[in-house]
Amino acid sequence: MAKSQSASLDRKKLLADPIMVTTIVLLIVFLTIFILYPLTILLVDSFISDSGITLDTFKRVMELANFRRAITNTLKVGFLVGIASALIGLLFAYVEVYVKLRTRFMEGLFKVVSMLPVVSPPFVLSLSMIMLFGKAGIITRFLLKIYDNSVYGFWGIAIVQTLTFFPVCYMMLKGLLKNIDPSLEEAARDMGASRFKVFMTVTFPLILPGLGNAFLVTFIESIADFANPMIIGGSYDTLATTIYLQITGAYDKEGAAAMAVVLLGITLIMFVVQKYYLEAKSTATLSGKASRERMLITDKSVTVPLTIICSALAIFVVLMYICVPFGAMFRTWGYDFHLTFKWFGQVFTKYKGFKAFKDSFILSFISAPITALLSMIISYLVVKKKFKAKGFIEAVSMLAMAVPGTVLGIGYIRGFSGGIFGSGFLQGLYGTGMILVIVFIVRSLPTGTRSGISALRQIDKSIEESAYDMGADSFKVFMTVTLPLIKDSFLSGFVTSFVRSITAISAIILLVTPSYLLITVQINEFAEKGSYGIACAFASILILITYGSVLIMNILMKYFGTSRKVKALD
Amino acid sequence: MAKEKKGVRLEHISKIYKDPKTGKDFYAVHDANIEIEPGSFVTLLGPSGCGKTTTLRMIAGFESPDEGEIYLGNEPINALTPNKRDTAMVFQSYALLPHYNIFDNVAYGLKLRKVPADEIKRKVTDILRLVGLEGMENRMTNQLSGGQQQRVALARALVIEPGVLLFDEPLSNLDAKLRVSMRTEIRRIQQEAGITAVYVTHDQSEAMAISDKVIIMNGGLVEQISTPQEAYYYPNNKFVADFIGEANFIKGTVKKQDVVEIQGTEIECATGSLDVGAECDIVLRPEGATLSDTGSIKGCVKYSCFMGAYQDYHVLVGDTLVKIQDYNPKNKKIYNVGEDIFLKFENDTLYAL
Repeated sequence: MAKSQSASLDRKKLLADPIMVTTIVLLIVFLTIFILYPLTILLVDSFISDSGITLDTFKRVMELANFRRAITNTLKVGFLVGIASALIGLLFAYVEVYVKLRTRFMEGLFKVVSMLPVVSPPFVLSLSMIMLFGKAGIITRFLLKIYDNSVYGFWGIAIVQTLTFFPVCYMMLKGLLKNIDPSLEEAARDMGASRFKVFMTVTFPLILPGLGNAFLVTFIESIADFANPMIIGGSYDTLATTIYLQITGAYDKEGAAAMAVVLLGITLIMFVVQKYYLEAKSTATLSGKASRERMLITDKSVTVPLTIICSALAIFVVLMYICVPFGAMFRTWGYDFHLTFKWFGQVFTKYKGFKAFKDSFILSFISAPITALLSMIISYLVVKKKFKAKGFIEAVSMLAMAVPGTVLGIGYIRGFSGGIFGSGFLQGLYGTGMILVIVFIVRSLPTGTRSGISALRQIDKSIEESAYDMGADSFKVFMTVTLPLIKDSFLSGFVTSFVRSITAISAIILLVTPSYLLITVQINEFAEKGSYGIACAFASILILITYGSVLIMNILMKYFGTSRKVKALD
Repeated sequence: MAKEKKGVRLEHISKIYKDPKTGKDFYAVHDANIEIEPGSFVTLLGPSGCGKTTTLRMIAGFESPDEGEIYLGNEPINALTPNKRDTAMVFQSYALLPHYNIFDNVAYGLKLRKVPADEIKRKVTDILRLVGLEGMENRMTNQLSGGQQQRVALARALVIEPGVLLFDEPLSNLDAKLRVSMRTEIRRIQQEAGITAVYVTHDQSEAMAISDKVIIMNGGLVEQISTPQEAYYYPNNKFVADFIGEANFIKGTVKKQDVVEIQGTEIECATGSLDVGAECDIVLRPEGATLSDTGSIKGCVKYSCFMGAYQDYHVLVGDTLVKIQDYNPKNKKIYNVGEDIFLKFENDTLYAL
């Protein structure tokens, strides 16, 4: 049996669609140059020297005590943060799905917590951690009268990262818990199991793969995190910061490349396990829809303690965010609590705040629509079309999710500072705003693509087929059918990518040149110097921008989103 | 209404798929040779997995055949994409564009063909009248019932005046009553529009009711192409006999032309091209025989049940259980379980395979 004829016919049909062919080719070129190539160059850098293939560079960096320490540090933090985030996330998800939350206040709190990971710049919690619990911390110094408390190091990073990442776990696990059919648990209750027994023997085993999934996702986020260890790590270096210092401090580019390969190796393994094993497993057991609504737990002995724990945690997180604008308004944090606007003033008068906001805003605003459109195109091709390079496009755009920003940054330095393969081709890109835009796009592409894919999977294949059958080519189908139907996903991709870009730091900090001032880089700089007032002023304005964007998005979706209308159909 | 009625011709068409479980290739459609006359209504009929939908999707262009060539009119269309083919499909799930109203849904294909706006308006209004949806232009698709959505889907396909209209189980999402009235409606509209139609269904009564010809498929193979009557009275094989209507198979031997022997008794029966002396299966439709005190073939009643229109019997003949439906039972003798009876065959109803 030869399938050759259909293959050649499919190819002919594809080639009859020039816009689509061009799109696919451009996509492949883009993904190859800006994701695959920089990673390849890291391998080349660290494995190949003048004398051929060698492990010398690896041997050299492995002998560095600080690098070896960084590996253990990173893994230790990642492990703890992964477990803590998954468990706290589970607690929140369980309380939301299973327990009756009687008050408006509690519902509001949960909503805020679920929104935080979207709007929060990465290092905000580190800043407030220092301001609350550091040497001059309000809680440590003024409430507890401890004058030499150190928040820097392992516990600082672990706590801050856990508080930053657990909302992601909460959202993931909430989705899974909602899919559990209540009758499973009711059956167990009916046969005489206690609530705790039901949780341990029914609920928990069902979401165990999902829990593992949440753990690994957080683990990857944690070890890829650059901003928090940078600000609150002190002398406790992780891989991301060590790599950064290796290139900015020691100017050891090959060494940094080899270290980046090690970091990439770790995240990649985690990612593959997560993506291809746990993710499939966690949804496979819980893909069904709940047959009816769950009877919420009203038993006070359960609701009261759970709500108290959750609210305490949530309030604590909210408090940490509130701490930031106050940090910008006290004359001297920890000593002089008179309110002042001098820091905000200085941001704009002394520290070129206006330029920083303009640069960050413009670069992010250019990259956001491109990212949103690109991810919608990729998801359309992946979900609705069949062609040979499809696997490549899907794999590479997802691969970007597993690449830590620092690694990508090093890859870009090594890959583009001398042009492609040192040939000078595309060298003009290096040091421009363009390369920053590209980094923003690459960094946000996986999230956008993922949401686009899941939105498109919900649309019946025959809707697009019908348009195709009526005479529309792929481009027309995409513009008149697909895009209008996933408008919401496009909009949220736009805003998410904007927010991610404007709050990004890890890759950017390695690539930015003095001609561009970026808010995040400024915050990092002032926080490093200990000028918390200025750092907080920058951060407060940044939070306002991101929060504002999300608000605008929600309003836009409410009034212009078509998906709502379409969804009402079922 | 159509500019030109086109026929469809499939020459040695095969489609190979990979079984996702075993990883082995198999023929979803194997060497199908089908000729569809211009203006006729043809049904692809068969159980699920028989290859009927695959065949339809190859005609539409969504799937590419692995062997053979498809002609639309006289034009080979294998390499054409669906949007370049002169076909229009009515989907099982209606597949209306949910962000458009009814008018825009129907006008979609015309706009793509750059038809002037006033002509679009006229054509859409006309076609909506034809399918009985006049005045609904501004409704959204989710404000329509399933039957109405199906009419929109039909109007959308008809309005671009395709050479061939394709239906992919269009009625399977409707309730039983609506199915019956819609199929009459589809047949009426097809005749009025004078358009070639290829229709996929697994419901044999639906196929019988609307088709000029039925193409019965099983396991990727075309088993029979004929009028519904021929398929019912003269099935090519046991599968067709069993799939179209209900059938009993009684073992027998061909004695001479149009005479067979069942359990020592000779009976008139169409033997077709079977040789004298051949062992054969005799097809007996449930309504093709009645029960009686005297007659040729002996049997014993194993089940007897009043169904209103008929008395339902299971009769053991030799070692074969034969199902008989004796219509108008009111003034007839009713036989009970355990009674010995004789089968009395209606004239010209037996067919030997």
